[in-house]
Amino acid sequence: MSTIEQFRQDTRAWLEANCPPSMRTGMAEGDVVWGSQNPQFPCEDARLWFERMRDKRWFCPEWPEEYGGAGLSDEQLAVLESEMRRLKCRPPQINLGIWMLGPVLLAYGSEQQKRDLLPPIARGEVRWCQGFSEPNAGSDLASLKMAARDAGDHFVVDGSKIWTSYGDKSDWMYALVRTDFSAPKHEGISLIVLDMRSPGVKPQPIDLISGKSAFCQVFFDSVKVPKSQLIGPLNGGWNLAKYLLQHERKAMSKFGEFSLPSHFDLLALMREYVPAPQSQSEHALQARATACAMNEQAYNLTVQRMGEEARAGDDIGGLMSIMKLTHTEQERDKFEVLLDAMAGHAFGWDSPAFSEQQLAVTRSWLNSYALTISGGSSEVQLNVIAKRVLGLPDAKKGVTP
Amino acid sequence: MSLRYNDDQRLLADSARDFLAARSPVSAQRRLRDEAVALGFDPQLWRDAVGLGWSAIAFPEAFGGLDFGCKGLGPIFESMGRNLSATPLLSSVVLGGSLVQLAGNSAQQAQWLPALIGGEQRLALAVDEQSRHDPCRIALEAKAEGQGYRLHGDKFWVVDGLGADAYVVAARTSGQPGETQGISLFLVPADTKGLTVSALALIDSRNCARLQLDGVQLGSDALLGTLGEGWAALETVLDRGRTCLAAELLGMAEQLFETTLEYLKTRVQFDTPIGTFQVLQHRAAQLYVDLALSRSALMAALATLDDASLDAGARARLVSLAKWKAGDTAIKVANEAVQMHGGIGVTDELDVGLYLKRVRVAQSCLGDRDFHCERYATNA
Repeated sequence: MSTIEQFRQDTRAWLEANCPPSMRTGMAEGDVVWGSQNPQFPCEDARLWFERMRDKRWFCPEWPEEYGGAGLSDEQLAVLESEMRRLKCRPPQINLGIWMLGPVLLAYGSEQQKRDLLPPIARGEVRWCQGFSEPNAGSDLASLKMAARDAGDHFVVDGSKIWTSYGDKSDWMYALVRTDFSAPKHEGISLIVLDMRSPGVKPQPIDLISGKSAFCQVFFDSVKVPKSQLIGPLNGGWNLAKYLLQHERKAMSKFGEFSLPSHFDLLALMREYVPAPQSQSEHALQARATACAMNEQAYNLTVQRMGEEARAGDDIGGLMSIMKLTHTEQERDKFEVLLDAMAGHAFGWDSPAFSEQQLAVTRSWLNSYALTISGGSSEVQLNVIAKRVLGLPDAKKGVTP
Repeated sequence: MSLRYNDDQRLLADSARDFLAARSPVSAQRRLRDEAVALGFDPQLWRDAVGLGWSAIAFPEAFGGLDFGCKGLGPIFESMGRNLSATPLLSSVVLGGSLVQLAGNSAQQAQWLPALIGGEQRLALAVDEQSRHDPCRIALEAKAEGQGYRLHGDKFWVVDGLGADAYVVAARTSGQPGETQGISLFLVPADTKGLTVSALALIDSRNCARLQLDGVQLGSDALLGTLGEGWAALETVLDRGRTCLAAELLGMAEQLFETTLEYLKTRVQFDTPIGTFQVLQHRAAQLYVDLALSRSALMAALATLDDASLDAGARARLVSLAKWKAGDTAIKVANEAVQMHGGIGVTDELDVGLYLKRVRVAQSCLGDRDFHCERYATNA
C-alpha cells in the first residue's frame, strides 16, 4: 500500500474513533467554538473534539512541527480534509489567527515571532481579531490613519479601528497602522500585532439596524506596542495585507464547505405564507420566489464546483472572486421576496406576538444590509472581478465621459 | 455527480473546437443565411461530424453507439454555440434518436438507429402546437381506426423539419390537453399521404417547419412505445434536448462575452478605452457572475442525464435550472453585447446580431425562462 493510502486509512480510523457522533452534524450559530484563552464549549462533546484535534496538532495540520503544526504535506492535508468532509466533521474551532495571520507569519515573520506567536495559535489558545477598517478608511483601506509613532523601543498607537468582529472578546489583534505620514498612502503602512489588554485599548460594541452585533469600534489612546511586534518590514504592511486578504478568500472558500446553509428555505416559507397563489400579484410573487430559489441553487452548485475544481488543481481564482458578492446579493434579493410574502409577520420587534422564526427573519433581513458592505462591499467586489479577472483597464485620472 | 468535464470529455471539446473553427466558423452560418439554404445546415459538415462520432456519443454500443454518456454532448453543443454552427444533431439524434431508443420496439430500433447514427436518414420531433412550448397540452388527435390510427391536426416549430425522412409526432389518444396521460408517439414517414410540411423561416435562418396532418392514416406499427404512455419517454428526451440547448446557449454567451470584453479593452472614446469606465466594468462583472452560475447549473444538468438513480422530478428540476439560467444569461449577454458595441452593434455586418437572433430562438425552443421557472417550482 502506498504511504498516502496508509495515511488515508489511519486518518479515517482516527477520525471514526475520535470525532464524537454529535460533532458530525450540521451546525447552528451557537455551536461554533472559538479558539481563545478561555474557550467556551456548547457541550462536552465539543470540548472533547477540540482537545483531541488540538493534541493531534490538527488545528494547523500543514504548519511545520516546530511551530505547533503536524507538518503534513499538501497531499496529506488534502486527504485529511476529504476524510473530514466524508464524515461531515465539524470544524473543532474557528480562529482568524490560523487562517489569516498564520500564513503571513509563516511567510514574513521573524524566527522569534514564529516561535512566540504560532504555537499558541496552533493550540487554539489565542482569539485573534482584525484591525483594518477605520471610520474614514472603508473601501479605500489604504487611506487608513491610525498612527504608530516611533518611541525608541516601542510604538505609540493612537486612533481607532472599526468593524472589528468580536473586538470585545478577542485576546490579540493584528492591525494595519500608519508609520509614515509623508509617504504615498500605500507606502507608509505597517502590520503590527498587539495585546488587547494593553492599557489604552477600548473596544466598544456597535449596535446595527438589526440590533446587537459582533462588530466593535476599538479605540486606541497612547497604546504602547513593543517594536518586536512589527511584522515584516517597516512601511511594508500593504503587501502583507494583500497577502493576508488572499488567504481570507481562500479561508472563506474552505469555510463554504461547512458553513451554515442559508437560514431560511424560501420555497418552504412561501408554501407557509402564500400556500395557494390566487391573484395575479400572488402568482407574480411566486415567480419571483422561484427565481430566487433557482439562483440560490445555482450558487450552491457553484460552491460545489469550485471545491471540485480546486481538488483537481484547476485555477479557481475567478470563481472565488464572485462568491462573496453573489451570496450576499442573493440573500438581499431573497429577503425582498420574503418580506413581501410575510408582510406584517416580518416586521415584529421584541414582541411575543411573533414566532421566533418571524423575528429571526426580521433581524436577518436587516443584517443582510451589513453583509453586502462588510468584507469588501459589492462595488469593491465588482471592481475586483472587472480588473483582476476580466483584465479591464484602470481609469485615467480625471477622465469623465 | 461531477460538475467538471473529465479528460475524455475535454479531449472531445478540443476536437470539436478545432473541427468547427476550421469547418463551420460564423462566416459559414452567414453564408447559409445569405444563400437562403432551406436545409439550414451544410450536409457535408453533418456527414463529417457523423464521421467524428458525434451522432454515436450518447447511444449504447448495442445500437452502434459509443456509450460515452449524454454528458459528452455538452462540449459538442457548447462548441456549436460558440461557432454558431448548425447541424441536425439536436433534432435527429438527441430528440428523434433518443425517442426511438427509449420508446421504440426492437424492429423500430433496428430500422432507425443505425441510419440516424450513420447520418443516412433524419428524424424530426413534432411536439409543439402553439408558439409557446407546453408539451402536456398536446391536443393533436390520433383516433384508433381499423388496424391503425388516423391523425388530424397541426404541429408548429418542428426543428429541422424540412427534408426530414420521418417525424416523431406526439399526439393525444385519450385524456384532455394538460394531462400527461393519453399522449402517444407515432413515427410518420415524410411521404405519408395527408402530411404537408411547410417552411417557417425564422430570424436564426435555420431549418424550422410547420406540419399539417390532414387525416393521416397510419398502420399499427407506427406507434412508438405504449399507447397513451408516451409522456415519460417524451419528458426524458425533451430534457436531453433542453440540456443540449442550454449548452449551446452557454457556448454562445461565453463567445459573445469574450468578444465584447475585447471590444471594451480596445474601443477608444474620450481618449480612453471604454472598458476603463466603471459603469461598463460593473455590468461586465455582473455578466461574468451569471456565466459562472450558468456553467455550474449546466454541468449539474449534464451529470443528471446519465444518473439513473435520480427520479424524474430531481432531473426535471436540474434541467430546468440549467435551461432557465443559461437562457436568461445568454439573453442578458446578447443584449449587452449589442449595447456595448454601440452603433456597430446594430449593423448586420457585425456577427453579434447573428448570435442575438440564435440566442432568442434557442432560449425559446423547448421552453423559455418562464416555462422552466414554473417547471422548477412544480417539481420543487
